[in-house]
Amino acid sequence: MSLDLATTRRIAKLARIGLEDAELETVRQKLDGILGWVDQLSEVDVEGVPPMVGTETEAQRQREDVVTDGNCRDAILSCAPEKSGPFYTVPKVVE
Amino acid sequence: MLTGLTLTEARAGLEARKFSARELAQAHLDAIGRLNKQLNAYITVLPEQDVLAAADAADARYTKGEARLMDGLPVGVKDLFCTKGVKTTAASKMLANFVPPYESSVTARLLDAGSVFLGKTNLDEFAMGSANITSAFGSVLNPWKRQGDDAALVPGGSSGGSAAAVAAGLALAATGTDTGGSIRQPAAFCGIVGLKPTYGRCSRWGTIAFASSLDQAGPMTRSVADAGLMLEAMAGFDEKDSTSSNRPVPEFSKAVGKSVKGLRVGIPAEYRAPGMPEEIAKMWEQGIAWLREAGCEVVDVSLPHTKYGLATYYIIAPAECSSNLARYDGIRFGERKDAASLDGIYERTRAEGFGPEVRNRILMGTYVLSAGYYDAYYLKAQKVRTLIKRDFVQAFEQVDVLLTPTAPSAAFAQGENMDDPVQMYLNDIFTVPASMAGVPALSVPVGLDSKGLPLGLQIIGRHFDEETVLSVGGALEAAAGFAHKPTLHAEAGV
Repeated sequence: MSLDLATTRRIAKLARIGLEDAELETVRQKLDGILGWVDQLSEVDVEGVPPMVGTETEAQRQREDVVTDGNCRDAILSCAPEKSGPFYTVPKVVE
Repeated sequence: MLTGLTLTEARAGLEARKFSARELAQAHLDAIGRLNKQLNAYITVLPEQDVLAAADAADARYTKGEARLMDGLPVGVKDLFCTKGVKTTAASKMLANFVPPYESSVTARLLDAGSVFLGKTNLDEFAMGSANITSAFGSVLNPWKRQGDDAALVPGGSSGGSAAAVAAGLALAATGTDTGGSIRQPAAFCGIVGLKPTYGRCSRWGTIAFASSLDQAGPMTRSVADAGLMLEAMAGFDEKDSTSSNRPVPEFSKAVGKSVKGLRVGIPAEYRAPGMPEEIAKMWEQGIAWLREAGCEVVDVSLPHTKYGLATYYIIAPAECSSNLARYDGIRFGERKDAASLDGIYERTRAEGFGPEVRNRILMGTYVLSAGYYDAYYLKAQKVRTLIKRDFVQAFEQVDVLLTPTAPSAAFAQGENMDDPVQMYLNDIFTVPASMAGVPALSVPVGLDSKGLPLGLQIIGRHFDEETVLSVGGALEAAAGFAHKPTLHAEAGV
């Protein structure tokens, strides 16, 4: 199954990476090469094999449902590229 | 010379007050001043007064007889670990000016143990690469040269800056992270020791994420005992990482020097890859002979799904990468490129902030997770991963450790293997399967090839059995007696 340009454009849109048409074609070729190579997995029989999620070395654990962190608004906002008072700023999204 | 010591030697020298932590730190700052411009091993060097202040604090503890495990030992920190108040870039334009307001759990433990941080070492962008050529802050130069050839060689990746710094005397040791070989392959290329611990041994909290089910921090050092010592300082349970293990942390360094007599060493048939260079095969045979002489029993084993390791990795790692890197949106942290709409900000920020390799991996991951392809690629890869892990678990019913080469070649030149991504990915053919299974693996330098470049062998062990891995690594190290130094070195020509 080879990757076409329309699919590549859709993937770039989903990933929110803005690519020009010329870049899209380069990306398409690279991804197509890698996809062709990973297709070798189709020969592996996985009938009845469960998927491995994480490395399954530790059981999931629970903790008390209490606040363990917080009160660090200013520290968090210090990383923002643009802010206004205690808020992140973005272009208008609701008309 | 102070820049040529192992951690263990330096610790003993400090304890005996043969030299001070300040002298040790100063010697390293001087070496960085002389060589970093050429090697580009550090992205950020900490201000001299901060480094010396940390060293002075360590000296005070030695004087009072209160010295800790890593007290006064100057180390480099891969620029993927968040360090409070110190710029942390992941070698990406996206985080070029990111100063974390918090400390990663691993670096916090190292600081608690008294380590003196020298700076943040270079890497492939977001730890994605095997040659340290994708860094937004320039490639790292391998301090080794081929005999009679001045060609610039790659240090391996992604922890290439850490490996080059340790090899060249710009740090006694450094932290690395390993997702598919990013500690072990650069360690082999630079002639040092690198240990990827069991998944869950070191907390991932505060380490910038690439592929969360694979990422694991570990030490890069000049000796196997040092790897044990530093892992002891780095490892331990952390509530802030849901995959962190709460098993007790053994005194890893004590495992080195223990007899390996009677241990069973497996040689996996599938690692005899077609086209393996003669010199790599010979070094492997030599390693087998050394361990046999040390009293190990050598057993042929089979890991039948080895050949699918890389393809499985290059579905699972990009899938996790595409999820993890979704956070770089230009709003909450990192760089922002302005546009008229919110989507426009996302698209421009991410197109310009990420380099081509990172973009390709995000796109690959987005594709394999997208509707209509998820089952065929991602779910399939997760099932094959189960089979790969089963191979290891079954092999470890027969043997205590596995011995393989670390990488299919010695360090290559900048510009080689660059055009075809699949060719570059093949560098990790021997390291990826252990990552997929989550088992610990160690690379030990064992000799030079005919061009004078270091080669490493890899010892893979059972989950949470780093001690046996370190014991066998110590035996291999003792037999090999690797004492070669690279061309570019803090002590060369001084």
